[in-house]
Amino acid sequence: MLMQVDASDSPDIMSAVGAHMPPAISARGVNVYYGTKQALNDIAIDFERNQVTSLIGPSGCGKTTFLRCLNRMNDLIEGCRVEGVINIEGQNIYAPAVDVVALRAHVGMVFQKPNPFPKSIFDNVAYGPRIHGIASARDELMEIVERSLRRASLWDEVHDRLDQPGTGLSGGQQQRLCIARAIAIEPEVILMDEPCSALDPIATAKIEELIDELREQFTIIIVTHSMQQAARVSQKTAFFHLGELVEQGATEQIFTSPQDTRTENYITGRIG
Amino acid sequence: MTDPFGAQQIGLKKRHAAERRFIWGGRLAITSALGFLLAMTITIGWFAVGALTQTDIRLPVNLGPEAIDPQYLRGADYGKIVKDALKAEFPEVTKRGERRKLYGLLSPDAGFELQLKVTSDPALLGSTHEIWFLASDEIDQLIKGKVDVSLDESQRRITDQELGWVDHLEAQGNLRRTFNARFFTSGDSREPELAGILGALVGSALSLTVCFLICFPVGVFAAIYLEEFAKKNRISEIIEVNINNLAAVPSIVFGLLGLAILLNVFGLPRSSPLVGGMVLALMTLPAIIIAARAALGAVPPSVREAALGLGASRIETTFHHVVPLAMPGMLTGAIVGMARALGETAPLLMIGMVAFIVDVPNSIVKPATALPVQIFLWADSPERAFLEKTSAAIIVLLLFLVLMNLAAIILRRKYERRF
Repeated sequence: MLMQVDASDSPDIMSAVGAHMPPAISARGVNVYYGTKQALNDIAIDFERNQVTSLIGPSGCGKTTFLRCLNRMNDLIEGCRVEGVINIEGQNIYAPAVDVVALRAHVGMVFQKPNPFPKSIFDNVAYGPRIHGIASARDELMEIVERSLRRASLWDEVHDRLDQPGTGLSGGQQQRLCIARAIAIEPEVILMDEPCSALDPIATAKIEELIDELREQFTIIIVTHSMQQAARVSQKTAFFHLGELVEQGATEQIFTSPQDTRTENYITGRIG
Repeated sequence: MTDPFGAQQIGLKKRHAAERRFIWGGRLAITSALGFLLAMTITIGWFAVGALTQTDIRLPVNLGPEAIDPQYLRGADYGKIVKDALKAEFPEVTKRGERRKLYGLLSPDAGFELQLKVTSDPALLGSTHEIWFLASDEIDQLIKGKVDVSLDESQRRITDQELGWVDHLEAQGNLRRTFNARFFTSGDSREPELAGILGALVGSALSLTVCFLICFPVGVFAAIYLEEFAKKNRISEIIEVNINNLAAVPSIVFGLLGLAILLNVFGLPRSSPLVGGMVLALMTLPAIIIAARAALGAVPPSVREAALGLGASRIETTFHHVVPLAMPGMLTGAIVGMARALGETAPLLMIGMVAFIVDVPNSIVKPATALPVQIFLWADSPERAFLEKTSAAIIVLLLFLVLMNLAAIILRRKYERRF
């Protein structure tokens, strides 16, 4: 019943990590359809290593759809079809040889609503390492759990109650637990889908601080509705509108001198 | 505008009246339902209490060597010993017909009972002993006040002469009422005073065990496959519609299926809990699949996304996260289905579990009957004393049901997780 997934068996997502660092993720000609309705139209974008990229845009513009293409979570949606090429570390993740299980071990995800498993805090973080065979002994797991919780700056708050259910934490703590869970399996990329939209400003500030720290090790792509948040946490920003990628560039440039009028209208609050 | 918040303002009086009418209607409905339930339970319970006691008659019996050869206990005529004891107690009875009535004071099993006693305790041999014997059902009913002695003799089954004998025994303290342990420890009998519920209880328990072992795993795995893995297309739609239709098929049809396939084609043992359980499983399966799918569907998708997003495969996601969360719902559904199977009679009639079976079954391939069938059999018997047995059997069935539902509640409480 348990299928151990060994990272070394997966297609060589890793092997392309080369000397002169091409972009971590590069998407070309991505079209997404829900049934006959086209949700994304010819998206082309690169994501740099160890940078935070924000995807902004009004509701229904396709930014979450695009984010979910990057770890193939859209495969779960009945009638969803993805065209185009998305290379992560040089490997097209939509190639037939790619195993989505291995892909998702390399591309972690944090969801809009904190969704810890209804298990203990320890088991929440240890689950990923366990199924991927990264560690199995209790003390090895403990090490990983502690390291992950520290990196998610949650350790000090929960270290004395690791056996308590993760669902008993506050919203902000739950979201940091989800981040700890995601980084426990050492992915290269972390996708965040509006990670702060269900949180209060203080919890939001903590998560944003955390995102900035995590950038040192991970490539982070974050979908957000808050333009202030995009401005605060990201180095690059991409603006989506009606299924099209309207504009992308350095965050500062997007917010100070947008090239497209639609971007300007959105960031000044005229559409959205 | 003198009273801005008065009731006459926006037709409030009428609107509140509608609410009150509804509340009172609801209370009335619940009260009458509870009333009926209470009336039913009390009536049945009232009759059932009688089955808890039995009447015994004490007689001095001669166990001397002239009656029983100590070397050959099996050879003695124990029935005759008991009859002799009765004759000695009432020497004035000499006519054949009257004698037969006299012997009828005791259960026909009295001789056998005596033999058991003597075999298990040979110290009784050699002299006369006072021994309690089980009275016949008619005497038992008389003692319990179920016979109207004010009626004319021709209107009742007990003659004045028999009444005289009973009075005589009672006056001498040779008559008593004791707890009827036999009812809970023996199988069925043609004699009401000897009939017990254990055979049917064990038959039901064995059938339900077989039923659960078949339909829970099959039902749960079918539900998991349909809900978590199967593609939503025309075929899965047809399967879904058919499962819903199967849940509504009258149970006797499943009984006929069991008769035609399990008994006649595969030659499985007739009247056995094995076949009974399989037939009940067929009947319960659709209900369990539907309940299990509902339980799986109630698990929030965020749990699946969380696991899949971590790189868990679909089967890991399902069995590590979704199934444990759905387990309380699935168990509850299964137990509710089993409770329905417990009360089911029709399919069991078809596969021969309606037979008169005295032995308590000790395996799933031995002939057996089940509680509801036992109730049906006793209710169908002419002897008045079976009335209280029937009622008691109903109470036992209801208690069994209550226990199962209690188990469902406890399991649900235990495994329920909040998220």
